[in-house]
Amino acid sequence: MINISNIHKTYVTGNNKLHVLKGINLRVEAGEMISVMGASGSGKSTLLNILGILDNHDHGEYILNGIRIENLNERKAAQLRNKYLGFVFQSFNLVSFKNAMENVALPLYYQSVKRKKRNAIAMEFLERMGLSEWAQHLPNELSGGQKQRIAIARALIAKPKVILADEPTGALDSVTSQEVMDILTDINKKENITMLIVTHEHDIAKRTQKTIRITDGMITETVIN
Amino acid sequence: MFDLDRWQEIYHVLRKNKLRTFLTAFGVFWGIFMLVVMMGSGEGLRNGISQNFGDMATNSVFIWAQQTSVPYKGFTRGRRFDYENADVRALSEAIPEIKYLAPRTNVGGYNGSSNVIRGLKSGAFQIFGDYPVFDSIDPVNLLQGRFINELDVKEKRKVVVIGQRVKELLFEKDENPINKYIQINGVYFNVVGLFSSKRTGEAASYDNQRLHMPFTTCQKTFNMGDAIGFFNITSKNGIPVAVVEEKAIRVLKKRHAVAPSDDAAIGHFNLEVEYKKMVGLFFGIRVLVWIVGIGTLLAGVIGVSNIMLVVVKERTKEIGIQRALGATPRIIISQIMTESVVLTTFSGYFGLTLGVGLLELINYLLEKSGADTEMFLHPGINFNVAIIALAILVVAGAIAGLVPARKAVSVKPIDALRYE
Repeated sequence: MINISNIHKTYVTGNNKLHVLKGINLRVEAGEMISVMGASGSGKSTLLNILGILDNHDHGEYILNGIRIENLNERKAAQLRNKYLGFVFQSFNLVSFKNAMENVALPLYYQSVKRKKRNAIAMEFLERMGLSEWAQHLPNELSGGQKQRIAIARALIAKPKVILADEPTGALDSVTSQEVMDILTDINKKENITMLIVTHEHDIAKRTQKTIRITDGMITETVIN
Repeated sequence: MFDLDRWQEIYHVLRKNKLRTFLTAFGVFWGIFMLVVMMGSGEGLRNGISQNFGDMATNSVFIWAQQTSVPYKGFTRGRRFDYENADVRALSEAIPEIKYLAPRTNVGGYNGSSNVIRGLKSGAFQIFGDYPVFDSIDPVNLLQGRFINELDVKEKRKVVVIGQRVKELLFEKDENPINKYIQINGVYFNVVGLFSSKRTGEAASYDNQRLHMPFTTCQKTFNMGDAIGFFNITSKNGIPVAVVEEKAIRVLKKRHAVAPSDDAAIGHFNLEVEYKKMVGLFFGIRVLVWIVGIGTLLAGVIGVSNIMLVVVKERTKEIGIQRALGATPRIIISQIMTESVVLTTFSGYFGLTLGVGLLELINYLLEKSGADTEMFLHPGINFNVAIIALAILVVAGAIAGLVPARKAVSVKPIDALRYE
């Protein structure tokens, strides 16, 4: 599903060059659930951003579902993100003026699905998350766990191949964190959606099939859980 | 195509900071409001002034005789002379550029002693001896009857056409003046027509106190011999009346033994020159109005652009989220530009409506009060101008949104997402 080889990324700010990724090689099979661990500044988020086509890499090769990701214009990148990728963020990143249902339906809006149809689909996904009675609520009326479940529903609605989660439990308490992980593992098993989860919590990482550790821009360890 | 999500977003963005939205909208509103009111007032001023010309042919010149100021051919200076009937033919033969040539005589007048009597009523009016062609140079509104005709002139009929004010002063309110007799300087004339002026204000009241009789009748009845009071001449289309004016003066000087260098002997007034000055003045006013109006409008639009920049900056993260979820740059750009166009068009339309409303109100009040305003009449703007102004608004709104929109998508999605 994901195949990257020898990925390099350098950030340039003024005269300072920061070599963040120093040749990453990684192969993720379809349906795999992988966690990425590492100290802050190790480059794990940068890796996730490149995989999410939110950022571009300097050198190396990235193939997503058989498509070579290189020098894409922003329009093409947006379409690929919409079609193949779902994002779950630490800070949920819901759109504040849209209610739960509209937030979930947003990726379908960008596919020009009719409002009635996409809202109906969004309601199905909310139901699966057990949030159908909150459909008309705005994000600021919901708890952290509820927001993250809405974000997961939003990531799922366009039927992506891969879900990229950047510290999905970082802003949640431990009980809620486990609930969110329950949902994610459930989706992985039932829908066979590939998952990459960046985390620094060991008990979160343990619930994935494989944990890779990044130190100073290189993969230093791969553990099968 | 109606897209509820797009309008929801616009509503949200504009509502989020109401005061800011209001002030931004006010800039555009004020710009277009000023433009409309200033243009409408300029138009009112122009209408008012042009009304003073009535339907008078503006390419006309008046020529009359004064005293000579240079001794010539044995005559001393200070000699008085009159134009004669023979001059009419001489002028029309010598000057092919003439369209209408109307010799006129006049008797007594306005502000003088009473010269027109009917029964117990009397008044002091301006009395002209005219050819029918005069009605082509300075037309009047004929209310009843007819103007002087060729037969009147030929047969030297004692008929007269009277102005509205003359009728008011000499006749009863509901009386029909046609075919009634009035006494002018002791001679009875039959009234054949009644007219009102096409001008407004003072000029109109002046016109309405006139009487016109056949030129020949006037000369004969009042013992003028073949003396002519003055000429009123218009030029053919496309020829400046100044050409006719110059030639006519040259011809007349020669015929009446006036020194070619004598500028005081022949009085003349070129209406076209005055009219052109007026036209130039109004053109200047219009240009000024556009410059000021567009400038104010531009300031408003730049305000919109600035605010859109701030909005885009504030919404960087939100836009980042949308892009992560698959919003293409086109969607983002069109969203921001729509916001900008909506803001400018709405506030501009409001300004346009209010401006036109104000002009209509002024117009209504002017008419209702019945004030005979000499300088101001029917303020208003051309419908086309309103459409052009609206088009300018839409385009300006789009341009105002373009810069912020491009800025919004020039940021990498990841930087937008990380923006706090």
